[in-house]
Amino acid sequence: MAANEELSFHFDVDGNDFTSAGEASVKVKKLMRQLGFSPELTRRVAIAMYEGEINMVIHANGGTADMYVDEDMVRIVLADHGPGIKDIAAAMQEGFSTAPDNIRALGFGAGMGLPNMKNYSDEMNIDSTVGVGTTIELKFKVG
Amino acid sequence: MEVSRVAEILEAQVLTCSDFLDGEVCSACGSDMMSDVLAFVKHQGLLLTGLMNPQVIRTAMMMDMECIVFVRGKVPSEEMQLFAENSGIVMMTTKYSMFEACGRLYEAGLGR
Ligand SMILES: Nc1ncnc2c1ncn2[C@@H]1O[C@H](COP(=O)(O)OP(=O)(O)OP(=O)(O)O)[C@@H](O)[C@H]1O
Ligand SMILES: [Mg+2]
Repeated sequence: MAANEELSFHFDVDGNDFTSAGEASVKVKKLMRQLGFSPELTRRVAIAMYEGEINMVIHANGGTADMYVDEDMVRIVLADHGPGIKDIAAAMQEGFSTAPDNIRALGFGAGMGLPNMKNYSDEMNIDSTVGVGTTIELKFKVG
Repeated sequence: MEVSRVAEILEAQVLTCSDFLDGEVCSACGSDMMSDVLAFVKHQGLLLTGLMNPQVIRTAMMMDMECIVFVRGKVPSEEMQLFAENSGIVMMTTKYSMFEACGRLYEAGLGR
């Protein structure tokens, strides 16, 4: 990849289809493999993005995911127009979840998603306004 | 431990990718909550679960796991089997409960 050259990829995340949730993350995983990134970095990016994608589907009625890649950084931006997060510090705690029982029955709602995203990324920025939506930026250093 | 040995110990029925039974797994993770599974990358290789939806397969893909075991005799739908087959993931079903399936594998040396 030439210096300063940035690749970008856009994905729509359907909020009405739990079954297909995570498809964008699977695509990102394949893309990163093709671009020659290490399996470890690829796994970290894919897991963090998958958690964000699932969150957009179960908490925010879907949204968009954008990936920006250059030679020393992979950046994922997840944006939705859902209900927003009232108390971000609380939401970041392991075990904090507002997911109802029907979501728990689907295997989500342990309150581990946002902490996982934080752990797997090198930097995570959350911008959320109640009633407007949530944008989460995940940064991963390459190498 | 070879995936074929896992099937033997759990007296499991292999449903997909039976040509990958010579794959190696060195540890396992048993959970019905996918974010719990996603929390620790320890090269588990094997996921035991009672949960039955396609996110189980995506979670395994994200974690680079090669095998999913459904406990308590649960059998995934044809769609799920096709999805796993196309994703290169061995799926099997065992009559044992989560507790007993994990115990049997641990006793046999998996993850130790
Ligand atoms: N995109 C979002 N829009 C609105 N609220 C969100 C969003 N993402 C997370 N939240 C809120 O933050 C809480 C914690 O999120 P987190 O991903 O850590 O846990 P969870 O999704 O409830 O469960 P898990 O991720 O373990 O399946 C959620 O329960 C929800 O209240
Ligand atoms: Mg979540």
